[in-house]
Amino acid sequence: MDNRTIEKSAIAGFLDELLETYQVFAPVEREGILGFELLRGSDEIVLNAHNTRQAPKEVFFPRSETLFTFQEGKIISTPPAEKERVVLGIRPCDARSTIVLDKVFDGDDYQDPYYVDRRQNTLLIGFACGDPLSTCFCTAVGGGPFSVDGLDLLWTDLGDRYLVEAITERGEALITDYPQFGQATAQETNRKAVTAAQATEKVSGPSVEGITEKLDGMYDDPFWDELHQKCLGCAACSYLCPTCHCFDIVDEGTVTSGRRVRNWDSCQFALFTHHASGHNPRTSGKERMRQRVMHKFSYFVENFGEIACVGCGRCVRECPVNMDIRAVIEAIGQAGDGSRISDR
Amino acid sequence: MMQNPYLPYPVDVRKVTLENEAKDIKTFELVFQEDGGKERFAYRCGQFAELSVLGVGECPIGIASSPMDTDSVQFTVKKVGVVTTALHELEEGASIGLRGPYGNGFPMDELEGSNIVIVAGGFAFTTLRSLTNYILHPDNRDRFGELTVVYGARTPGELIYKYDLEAWARREDIQLHVTVDTEHEGWDGLVGFVPTVLGNVAPSPENAFAVVCGPPVMIRFSLPVLAQQGFQASRILNSLEMRMKCGVGKCGRCNIGEKYVCKNGPVFTLEELQGLPQEY
Repeated sequence: MDNRTIEKSAIAGFLDELLETYQVFAPVEREGILGFELLRGSDEIVLNAHNTRQAPKEVFFPRSETLFTFQEGKIISTPPAEKERVVLGIRPCDARSTIVLDKVFDGDDYQDPYYVDRRQNTLLIGFACGDPLSTCFCTAVGGGPFSVDGLDLLWTDLGDRYLVEAITERGEALITDYPQFGQATAQETNRKAVTAAQATEKVSGPSVEGITEKLDGMYDDPFWDELHQKCLGCAACSYLCPTCHCFDIVDEGTVTSGRRVRNWDSCQFALFTHHASGHNPRTSGKERMRQRVMHKFSYFVENFGEIACVGCGRCVRECPVNMDIRAVIEAIGQAGDGSRISDR
Repeated sequence: MMQNPYLPYPVDVRKVTLENEAKDIKTFELVFQEDGGKERFAYRCGQFAELSVLGVGECPIGIASSPMDTDSVQFTVKKVGVVTTALHELEEGASIGLRGPYGNGFPMDELEGSNIVIVAGGFAFTTLRSLTNYILHPDNRDRFGELTVVYGARTPGELIYKYDLEAWARREDIQLHVTVDTEHEGWDGLVGFVPTVLGNVAPSPENAFAVVCGPPVMIRFSLPVLAQQGFQASRILNSLEMRMKCGVGKCGRCNIGEKYVCKNGPVFTLEELQGLPQEY
């Protein structure tokens, strides 16, 4: 598959044509929040967006979605099938998060039809990160600013144009239908390699090597007594996290008519594990913080062989009390001998 | 077409049985409205399902009937929260939703050929009642060894499945020990806590499995009794409860370490639990 290019001035035209066939999700600023939204027109897209504040997991796993509607005790309908989708401008970290989410929702035992239908129906066009943020640590958790994992196409910013690389056959098929793409020169492909090397160099983060084994023996470590203390339990970290996927199922309406809805939820909330009897296995912030860290770096690895963190840095950027998961990872590396964080 | 695990089967409440004096435990006998529903819901002892009252919500409940009961599925529900209260308000003939069965259930292949010691307290008897009735079925009885049941409740009025207890008491092929915590007028059965009675019964661990389900305090004091009898941790089965939503290992709230109670459980050996965080 030969590389192509698309001039930035041609993107609007490409999008206009794309929108005729597909639902396009791209970085858009609405009400002051940058997230992946359904594009209403080509002029809405924010091309130079870094990691958006909202993770694109919403494209596949919406904050709130109807599972079915009911009336008089009978299920009336499930949501109709959706148009094919293209996500344009997804960053490599977020693209890797779809692989993490696939393991949960497209499992060997149970498949979640709402998520799986959208995933199968969607192409991912990634924007390489030539200019990673200071909070990015993708390279520390197995990714990279030019990683192609989970992508159908990778676009690299070359100034007035993007270099366009097809990663999958689906990606290749998509661009052959549109006239805006021209052949890339060897020089353009080389320029990408230089940018990639520079960008990768810029990203740093703590090593996660051996973290799963380390955490395995740390459940009862005093480490957790202090770690959670400044946490407010607001769950911003899990709502913004591209891999967090816990949800609640509730009925809205009345017995006569209504809908069953799935909403995002978070292990950082006290009620998350609260039994009807009043018993709660995770009574304080300590247990809840431990659950979040353990789930990402230990339990998920045990179940699926991968860390459930892609290093996007959203939780680092948006935490109201500056909890930094990179510092947590680093502290885990030094902990486990029974010592307290404050003793170090 | 992918099966949608979130869609409940429509079922009718054929019969409601009030189980206790406090009037907060009822058994619901459910029949499928659609042809083939019963077959799709083929279950094992120890599994659970999500009961739906549309417009109110869902809750996970252990299956109380035996897989040998072919014409209905039964659930015994204590009135505790929003959904269980709505269930308690239902009348016979009402229509509700049912999805499942979920969870691993009891390891029947391993239990076959063994002596079975069932230890149950209070309302947590439900899936063990399923197991007891399954073993006692004429088609199955020969495939299991001795069956011992130790079951207790606070008062005689709080014993559930009295109709089963009476029927079992008349049989020769089950050692039944029913106890209540304190003396009560008109009660001429055993008096004492389940762990004490279990100690007196002193079941042999020889080729045996113990299956324990009950309030935490009963479990806490019964496990040492079983250990003293010589039961290995790998031969003691427990069934856990946890707050759940999806029932299929996705919603993320019922885990204990890397295990999901809905999918990897609810049945765990004591040995498995000893290898997991004490977070339940």
